[in-house]
Amino acid sequence: MPPELLRMIIAAVLVVSFVFLNAMVLGYMERKVSAHIQRRPGLMEVGPHGVLQLIIDGLKLIGKQLVVPEGSNKFLFRLAPLLSFAPCVLPFVVIPFSRKLQIVSMDVSLIFILAMTSINVVAILVAGWASNNKYSLFGTFRSVAQAVSYEIPMLLSLLSIILMTSTFSLQGIIAAQKYYWFILVQPLAFIIYFISGLAETNRAPFDLPEAESELTAGFHTEYSGMGFSFFFLAEYANMFTVCSIATILFLGGWKGIPLPLGDFTGIVWFMLKVYGLLFVMIWARWTYPRVRFDQLMSFCWKYLIPFALANLLITAVVVKLI
Amino acid sequence: MAYGTFTEVFFYLFVTLIIFGALVAVSSPILMKAVMGLAMAMFGVAGLYLYLNSPFLALMQILIYVGAVCIMIVFGIMVGYTPKELAAYAVGPKNTVLALIASLLTIGVLQFGILKTVWVQASGAGAGDYSLAHLGETLMVRYGLAFELISVVLLIAIVGAVAITWNGKRGGLSK
Repeated sequence: MPPELLRMIIAAVLVVSFVFLNAMVLGYMERKVSAHIQRRPGLMEVGPHGVLQLIIDGLKLIGKQLVVPEGSNKFLFRLAPLLSFAPCVLPFVVIPFSRKLQIVSMDVSLIFILAMTSINVVAILVAGWASNNKYSLFGTFRSVAQAVSYEIPMLLSLLSIILMTSTFSLQGIIAAQKYYWFILVQPLAFIIYFISGLAETNRAPFDLPEAESELTAGFHTEYSGMGFSFFFLAEYANMFTVCSIATILFLGGWKGIPLPLGDFTGIVWFMLKVYGLLFVMIWARWTYPRVRFDQLMSFCWKYLIPFALANLLITAVVVKLI
Repeated sequence: MAYGTFTEVFFYLFVTLIIFGALVAVSSPILMKAVMGLAMAMFGVAGLYLYLNSPFLALMQILIYVGAVCIMIVFGIMVGYTPKELAAYAVGPKNTVLALIASLLTIGVLQFGILKTVWVQASGAGAGDYSLAHLGETLMVRYGLAFELISVVLLIAIVGAVAITWNGKRGGLSK
């Protein structure tokens, strides 16, 4: 077997298992953090402090029957979870976890990640439409409108960093933060990116596409068993991707104070930063109530986009002058 | 040699994807399915770019055509007329002929352009600068006017869309 093929297979296995592990860790984290925010113990039964609960949940989901509703488009209905899951795994291929740990080094890795995350909208659309359910369809309407709107400030805020570094390579962007993190010079871009990231991943307070109290479960109402699990995995993988881009572009990536861990120092710092941001995401979900749809739209078009444009303009002028 | 045939397989895979997607796009009576076919064809085109060793173009193809254009079309379908309303507008033979003429003309013009152009090989000896930086500079400086004109076309499209919706608000399909 050629070594390159072997490397690809190992990488694929590692990436997929990391996505599953990430979903388990985040699922546990979300339930525990939400519990403590609401002053209750949360998961306690399975294992010490309920750490094994997510494994049991996973087994339960695998064992469940996948129900295809009557009158739905069967082919598209079955296709949607896979369409949602597959592109969410791919960004992990180009994310630099440390100086050495990066599966593929691309010149355009940032664009690669953005392109892959944009496919997720198509999956939501297919899922909602194929379900033949009004809740699903409403969730899809909202999700698509939201994703298309919030992609603009997201890209604009990333563009100001690109202007400063003039590279799309993630390792290059980390290397450009040699003396200071970009959050110090681009705080507004960071805030805009993080808010848009929350909206892009359909997280509260922007979780209108699933809005339990209004739409049952939004676009994945009709999905059971592994169909639902794939959406669940994709959501957590997307959250990880959004936070790792924020870490790489604004928080110096894997750089940090040297620890006596050798090559693992970078990975430890990277994971600490990413999971710190993920904690903030979960914290926000259990702190703020859901926004109304008109508020969501006007916030994006009237505040985020003008501010992002102004930030980009100022960055361009400053970069040109220096 | 084995490596060459391996990549050939991918070429034909992408071409099949494009043709199959395009067939779904034009033959499906359900608009949503047609859009999915279009998205599939776009993926195929992105794959061809990748095959031609141009990852930037391939990713832009996915980002813009799959992630934005297809979604926009779906938006159009969602806010547009219901299948019942559309059924009232039966497509007659006149439409078919007109559509055939329009698509043949497009193919003809494109084919003419492709055949008339003298293609320069980007890689190899004596080739000029074909890097992304050069491409960007050419687009923004040398062909700046053309670039700006394209954005005017987009602006007109937006204004047109607003105008159409304005009309729809009052009378609907029957005017």
